[in-house]
Amino acid sequence: MKLKLKIWRQKNADSAGKIVDYDINNVSPDMSFLEMLDVLNEDLIAKGDDPVEFDHDCREGICGACSLQINGEPHGPDRGVTTCQLHMRKFKDGDTIYIEPFRAKAFPVVKDLIVDRSAFDRIQQAGGYISVNTSGNTIDANAIPINKHDADKAFDAATCIGCGACVAACKNASAMLFTSAKVSQFSLLPQGKVEATERVMNMVKQMDLEGFGNCTNTGACEVECPKGISLENIARLNREYLSASVKG
Amino acid sequence: MATLESKIPQGPLADKWTKHKNDIDLVNPANKRNIDVIVVGTGLAGGSAAATLAELGYNVKTFCYQDSPRRAHSIAAQGGINAAKNYQGDGDSVYRLFYDTVKGGDYRAREANVYRLAEVSANIIDQCVAQGVPFAREYGGLLDNRSFGGVLVSRTFYAKGQTGQQLLLGAYSAMNRQINRGKIKAYNRHEMLDLVLVDGKARGIIARDLVTGEIERHSAHAVVIASGGYGNVFFLSTNAMGSNVTAAWKIHKKGAHFANPCFTQIHPTCIPVSGDHQSKLTLMSESLRNDGRIWVPKKLEDAKAVREGKLKPTAIPEEDRDYYLERRYPSFGNLVPRDVASRAAKERCDAGYGVNATGEAVFLDFDAAIMRYGREKAITSGMKNASDAEVRKLGEEIIESKYGNLFQMYEKIVDENPYKTPMMIYPAVHYTMGGIWVDYNLMTTIPGCYAAGEANFSDHGANRLGASALMQGLADGYFVLPYTIGDYLSDDIRTGPISTDLPEFEKAEKNIKEQINSLINNNGTNSVDYYHKKLGKIMWNKCGMARNEQGLKEAMEEIRALREDFYKNVRVPGDENGKNSELEKALRVADFLELGELFAKDALHRNESCGGHFREEYQTEEGEALRDDENFKYVAAWEYKGEPKDAVLHKEDLVYENIELKTRSYK
Repeated sequence: MKLKLKIWRQKNADSAGKIVDYDINNVSPDMSFLEMLDVLNEDLIAKGDDPVEFDHDCREGICGACSLQINGEPHGPDRGVTTCQLHMRKFKDGDTIYIEPFRAKAFPVVKDLIVDRSAFDRIQQAGGYISVNTSGNTIDANAIPINKHDADKAFDAATCIGCGACVAACKNASAMLFTSAKVSQFSLLPQGKVEATERVMNMVKQMDLEGFGNCTNTGACEVECPKGISLENIARLNREYLSASVKG
Repeated sequence: MATLESKIPQGPLADKWTKHKNDIDLVNPANKRNIDVIVVGTGLAGGSAAATLAELGYNVKTFCYQDSPRRAHSIAAQGGINAAKNYQGDGDSVYRLFYDTVKGGDYRAREANVYRLAEVSANIIDQCVAQGVPFAREYGGLLDNRSFGGVLVSRTFYAKGQTGQQLLLGAYSAMNRQINRGKIKAYNRHEMLDLVLVDGKARGIIARDLVTGEIERHSAHAVVIASGGYGNVFFLSTNAMGSNVTAAWKIHKKGAHFANPCFTQIHPTCIPVSGDHQSKLTLMSESLRNDGRIWVPKKLEDAKAVREGKLKPTAIPEEDRDYYLERRYPSFGNLVPRDVASRAAKERCDAGYGVNATGEAVFLDFDAAIMRYGREKAITSGMKNASDAEVRKLGEEIIESKYGNLFQMYEKIVDENPYKTPMMIYPAVHYTMGGIWVDYNLMTTIPGCYAAGEANFSDHGANRLGASALMQGLADGYFVLPYTIGDYLSDDIRTGPISTDLPEFEKAEKNIKEQINSLINNNGTNSVDYYHKKLGKIMWNKCGMARNEQGLKEAMEEIRALREDFYKNVRVPGDENGKNSELEKALRVADFLELGELFAKDALHRNESCGGHFREEYQTEEGEALRDDENFKYVAAWEYKGEPKDAVLHKEDLVYENIELKTRSYK
């Protein structure tokens, strides 16, 4: 396959970026999208140009490092996959592909296609945990039975990989789906209920401080989420937040 | 020169850890506030160690090359975590987990360490549940278990095919709690490039900020290396793209002995290589071998026709299929340990029976399981005369509920529907049992420098059992290292802060800057990946699933020559001030080019076959591994002496007082 690539190049956070055109030949349909970029970078290095910087690590859809806005969609046109799992067979010979970083005020560009998602870490630090010491001096794991339905729902929420696609998909750049996934996981488990009030208040407060937008329930985040995190979680966060606000 | 003192406590096996904890020196809480600890790597071992050390009161700094601790490659572990809970009442016990692990490791692990691991395993599950890790549960609300290769009990706890993710996010949440309390300072997008020794003790590191390119000095009273394994020396592996040996190799060069580097696990069920563009390999969980049957065609002409796309595997009749694991190992069948399953696949493919275009793949077939489950389901649903099509549909639904995410992952990568046609799989590099040598306290041969998790060598011998890596990482991090490190740090309560202005820091920083400068200004012609791929080919062909004396000698020569060529002709574009992924890769590959040679040297010296190390000269008439306990029942710890080929061997004899050495048989 031959493709035309239009890629966002930006030297660092302080400089202006622009779209640069590249032609690439010999793309195999069996390549992953990132392997296609590897081939482009090898070409660029051979020519003496700077390769395109992008985040990636596990290349099997679980670490959440890879991002990319591909033809306007986070993680590209396929559903339920991250960019590293997207394969070139989803494109046609001669296609033009726009490749940009995730766009959000709270995700400043580091270089080229790499953005800074440390705002997500700070939301987690504000309350995304259960305050239990890690000494192992706790009760037996089976001492509190947990309803399987709740445990499964908690698991589904916990599968969020923190990639930021929800923010990139949202016209308001809201981080509600991300934040609600962690709030939901813990609110569904007896161990997490103890500090539920403080957790939801602190995490939402931090989310707002980071400059993410408000949720207007468009549902774009759910559509683009590579892990299928459900909008139900946002409803659950709102419920938790409301009851926490009433408790003060 | 440091000597090998394993510091295994005296007394009966079952009492050693308890007694040791009672005997070691403690640091009082007020003094802990004056002690700094650096943790390199934030996976299961590093993340859990950092959280616990901070909670105990130490000031912790963590370093990871990823943009967040949550992305460490522990996240990709699929199947589960072992623990001797015996919730299933199937005869499991601490001793049995200990026994299985030592036997699975082909009697090349240290008894006392493995026993401690088994002993603390149950507590890991308690801890994780308390942290909100959503393990799979039964309808009664209690935790569910499944079984894994090489054992006869169900002791594996799991969270679908994403157990590593859930456990890592648990450790990450514990870290976050301490970050919020100000007890951990997390340096993300930072890479450790050297260890700094002051008066022979580990007192800090030199790290590069991967965003600004700045070279930084960080001091501490102790340094913990939890940077994972070195599988990427093979270029293609199931490791993450950034996984590297640099932290471990730098401490090796500063005096930490490197143990058993040739003990590498090649996992039998991975998606085969599809072409030269391939950047990494994807694992298909071992749990699939519970239901999948592995086979190749019996006739060479059938195999050839399948390779050429002229014959569909489903058209090969049952009597013309060779279920070679069931044939060779009737008692364990498709659930033999990983090393055995991998070698058997290679044997068939080398004999010409491989089934994909490259000739390096075998089938993993779910057809029998689909029909079996379908028939059971039809009967329990009252469908007495279900047609084959109906049975198949019911069976496919059950397989989907068990392995749905794995089947989907396979289909996305290979573009074939594994419900309709058998999966193709082939072994791939997955885990390294070898690593930095540590004593019972997890301290390396450098005072004050510790190694935890996959980065150390300690618990898995020559082969690791499934679902034991997560167990070891968390055992080291939550329950072992935070206590044993106190014994060393108790001498440091009056030391006060370590200055980064010391000449030792200055010198280490200068060396790193020079190395970076020379790479950037090398102006060669070949990219870093060019060298990494070449190294990977040498490793795979000559130090892979089967090794021999001649190949290993050639490998040592070829790697040395490749290393020289690298320094002459590598091209690193861009500059050192700012994000530069090529420079990051170049620094990592430079270390792999040294480790690879030591790896081959270790494999060459070990004139026996054990676990993942298979020397063609040492096999039985049936092609099984031939271990030599008389001459090789030891840990090979290598001391750095300049060139890898000059490394000096130190032996730690392995003493088995509680377990009888036997030939491992899964027949």
